[in-house]
Amino acid sequence: MFLAAAIAILVAMVLALLRALMGPTLYDRILSVNAFGTKTVLFIAILGFLMGRPEFLDIALVYALINFIAMIGVLRFFEYKQVETVAENEEDQQ
Amino acid sequence: MSELIDGLSWGLLLLGGFICVSGGIGMHRFPDFFSRMHAASVTDTLGGTLVLLGLMLQVDGQYLVLVKLVLVLLFILITSPTGSHALAKAALHGGLRPKLGSKQDEKDADVLNNFGRTNTPETDKNKE
Amino acid sequence: MKKNNSFRYIISLVIVLSLIWIGNSGYFNGLLLSLGAVSVAFVVFMAYRLDIVDEESQPLQVSRRIIVYWLWLLKNLIQSNVNVVKRIWQGPKSIDPVVARIPTSQKTEMGQTIYANSITLTPGTTTLDIEGDTLIVYALSYDGIQYLLGGEMDRRVKRLEE
Repeated sequence: MFLAAAIAILVAMVLALLRALMGPTLYDRILSVNAFGTKTVLFIAILGFLMGRPEFLDIALVYALINFIAMIGVLRFFEYKQVETVAENEEDQQ
Repeated sequence: MSELIDGLSWGLLLLGGFICVSGGIGMHRFPDFFSRMHAASVTDTLGGTLVLLGLMLQVDGQYLVLVKLVLVLLFILITSPTGSHALAKAALHGGLRPKLGSKQDEKDADVLNNFGRTNTPETDKNKE
Repeated sequence: MKKNNSFRYIISLVIVLSLIWIGNSGYFNGLLLSLGAVSVAFVVFMAYRLDIVDEESQPLQVSRRIIVYWLWLLKNLIQSNVNVVKRIWQGPKSIDPVVARIPTSQKTEMGQTIYANSITLTPGTTTLDIEGDTLIVYALSYDGIQYLLGGEMDRRVKRLEE
């Protein structure tokens, strides 16, 4: 039964990854990568039980933290990017 | 008794898996970024909670594993709204606007004007 | 840099960090416990230097009613999740996105944060920004806005800090 849940989460991960590859805007991609990370955490947790080694949960815990920090970091980097490029273009034109 | 707990845990795991897949499908069916964000948060909240609750019923007396599962659940539930909010705000600053439906109130339509391209980046940074 | 009255916040931080260490290690021999004590002391020292040991990181003023609030929020979470999953399977025609201003009665920043995060945590509604006393909320349909305008969540969050 762990296997069924693991497969369901794998399907959801593939869907999120597809959205990350297709995603029309940058933010769609960040969103899907974040959703992918959350599902990875769940997948690692289930995998630990599936293989009878719940120590995998340590990895899941660290992954949950890294996932959040990475997303905030990437957003900090990109938040004003588009505005700045617009401003730069306007300056170039003047 | 143990059959009951097993059955409950399997039900929770399957339901959690179904909701995760629904969230994934929602990320493809919804039309714009802001509605996709809601589809993703379905997985973060109820899907994750159900899967982890299902696993918690299977720990079999290993309390350390239980503690770790609770910690993972807490981290997901605490970081998910922060992440969604940061993402939505970054998208607004980047000039992305939600497609609004027919019920949109006219008096609230100007709400989003304060974001993004009209502001210069300097004033935004000063505000924070 | 005001550092008065920070003693109880430091105690609370030490307790939380020690619980996390013990919960994650599970060993009770001398070496690992002393390593844990050193780690906790180091983290508390760093937090003190960063001046983040205050009522923001250790919200001790939030009353014990937070447990009841969490249970209520969980019930709410399940309802709105079922709602959104239904919309996902019905397809894109079932959503009707709305942006609206929601007035709040929260006095403190902590109350506003809890309220805004609760709104974001429930699928179907997302807080986009806070302007003084109003939140700007994006919702998948008008039902979510109507529910928030009803103000039940607002009242419950406000009661947490009394």
